[in-house]
Amino acid sequence: MAAGVNEIGDNSFDAEVLKADKPVLVDFWAPWCGPCRAIAPMVEELAGTFGTQIKFAKCNVDENPATPGKYGIRAIPTLILFKGGNVVEQITGMVAKSKLEAALNKLLS
Amino acid sequence: MSKLDFDLVIIGGGPAGLAAGLYAARAKLNAILIEKMVPGGQILVTDWIENYPGFPEGISGADLVLKMTDQVRKFGLPIEGHEVLNVDFNQPIKKLQLNDKDLYAKSVIIATGASPRKLRIPGEDIFYGKGVSTCATCDGPFYKDGVVAAVGGGDTAVQESIFLTKFARKVYLIHRRDRLRAEAILQERALSNGKIEMLWDSVLKRIDGLTNVERISVENLKTGVTKNLKVDACFIWVGILPNTGFLKDAVALDQSGFVIVDSNMKTSAPGVFAAGDVRNTPLRQIVTAVGDAAIAAVSAEHYIEAVSR
Repeated sequence: MAAGVNEIGDNSFDAEVLKADKPVLVDFWAPWCGPCRAIAPMVEELAGTFGTQIKFAKCNVDENPATPGKYGIRAIPTLILFKGGNVVEQITGMVAKSKLEAALNKLLS
Repeated sequence: MSKLDFDLVIIGGGPAGLAAGLYAARAKLNAILIEKMVPGGQILVTDWIENYPGFPEGISGADLVLKMTDQVRKFGLPIEGHEVLNVDFNQPIKKLQLNDKDLYAKSVIIATGASPRKLRIPGEDIFYGKGVSTCATCDGPFYKDGVVAAVGGGDTAVQESIFLTKFARKVYLIHRRDRLRAEAILQERALSNGKIEMLWDSVLKRIDGLTNVERISVENLKTGVTKNLKVDACFIWVGILPNTGFLKDAVALDQSGFVIVDSNMKTSAPGVFAAGDVRNTPLRQIVTAVGDAAIAAVSAEHYIEAVSR
């Protein structure tokens, strides 16, 4: 499967994230959020690097209120790293590429 | 002095860094821009910009910075993601210690900007991202029909409070004085907005809640009375601190930590320039940052020419 960042939502969250056969990064974002738009290219870039081992997904919190509510998200951008359906790490706000890379490497270890 | 990577390194990718990069690239300098996060800086969290000339309808901070980044890239300036940890400006070739390597350059432009200042009150850190925020455009929409508090009295606090009224049913604007500092047009809009309740002469003392922000304590400095208010979120805009920690004492800073420059944007270290919010300036706006940056880039170009002869 081609590496990339796939749009997921409330309906597909269970199958795409919680029951995924790989660790998953979910980027919770919205079109009105400037920092979300700013980090999107970085997340895409990392999807290119890590895409074979980690699944990258993004969830529009405007269109999908249930999932961010479930994870207590009150600020975006929020990136959540899942492994086996569990939250491994939750990163809120702008993040440096090096820090996110480190978190992804840790997710794989 | 054998190693040299670039003629010019620009540190910081906000409007000042991007504008310096534009001028450097068009001057065909061997330059690079390094940014620890992603290009944008503080304007990424600005919902709407009405005082940058050329955009009569206004423009969102994110759109403006994406345009600036595109413009810089069009002229071929490399932009890389690194954090500067330490600098050595004592030699003709300046050394920058990054998180992942060292860089050597003839000249440096410091455009690292500033970050929101904290109040240092109980609850501020533990509820960050759980109701405490400095970004209305990121987090405001989570409080549809909610009650939120905002702290501050400058342009940012007033403008962003007005933005919050698009979502919240009530915004308490807490200000420690009896009048606002913001631009007159912003003051007018805030004071005539039925959703904004001014809490004059007041300071935020603490933020409480279980897992999220639920209430705040606000003290009126004139009466000494502290009252508790139920709020869903608390936005804090009480000024900025310069991002100069990595500089240690490599260049002269003023009492508040801002980089001291002359009218050519020269710092106390030869070949090192500063532009934008990070410098000692009477006004911190996008329009002043990009003006500084053009001067800094041209000064750097002259410096590089002189030392390369």
